[in-house]
Amino acid sequence: MLNRLTDALDFQAQALNLRSERQRLIASNIANADTPGYVARDMNFAQALRQATGNGAPAAMLAASKPGHITSSGAIDGASYSTLNYAAPSQTNLDRNTVDMDRERASFADNTVKYEATLRFIGAHVKTTLSAITGQ
Amino acid sequence: MSMMNIFNVSGSAASAQSQRLNVVASNLANADTVAGPDGSAYKARQVTFQTQLMGANSNDPTSAGVRVSTISEDQTPGRRVHDPKHPSADADGYVTYSNVNAVEEMVNMISASRSYQNNVEVMNTAKGLILKTLQLGQ
Repeated sequence: MLNRLTDALDFQAQALNLRSERQRLIASNIANADTPGYVARDMNFAQALRQATGNGAPAAMLAASKPGHITSSGAIDGASYSTLNYAAPSQTNLDRNTVDMDRERASFADNTVKYEATLRFIGAHVKTTLSAITGQ
Repeated sequence: MSMMNIFNVSGSAASAQSQRLNVVASNLANADTVAGPDGSAYKARQVTFQTQLMGANSNDPTSAGVRVSTISEDQTPGRRVHDPKHPSADADGYVTYSNVNAVEEMVNMISASRSYQNNVEVMNTAKGLILKTLQLGQ
């Protein structure tokens, strides 16, 4: 019975988890803005969320078509590395670094706002459930 | 808590950038030093950054920190000035100064300080988010 109360929160919890993954990924890109040869990465959020919540098959996974094959899970907290894309450089750099600071800062701010939005969704859901329980 | 790793990532970057700033400071401080008795003047130094994966999982690309891999010396010959009256002048009357390019160093300094600021801001934002997460449901 209790899991009916919490099941609805699961989706938001997964989203929150992925948001924090993405936040870390963008922080890594910003940290490596001056590292020669570093290639910026970003997450395909919609695909990662679909994968984490079990809707839709994970893309670009190795097929295990023969008995001896090893399945590649490569999972990070429900998300998979296969949802990470390489950023296309907008301006090429002599040291082959593809971090575009403007884009990273924008993504970072965007992800911050969306993380807070997810937090509010969860908080409001908890409040709704509480008010339904107290019945006032 | 996966967000906690942001402090490791941005912290390593801030530390690497401050090391770069340190090297710039020593270069600028030695911009006008002349060759000592051994005949070789100060050589400008340059840091090289390298990615260091910091996740719990060793091939996790989502937490990539930075470390200083090497500090290399600029091997271009130093500036030579004809000044026979200078106490450090050689037999031909030339004084060898260090090969520090002050303009290059200033650009390097501004770049390092901007990157440092970026990382501090990232840490501040992450801290705010974590605090808000802790207040969830209150």
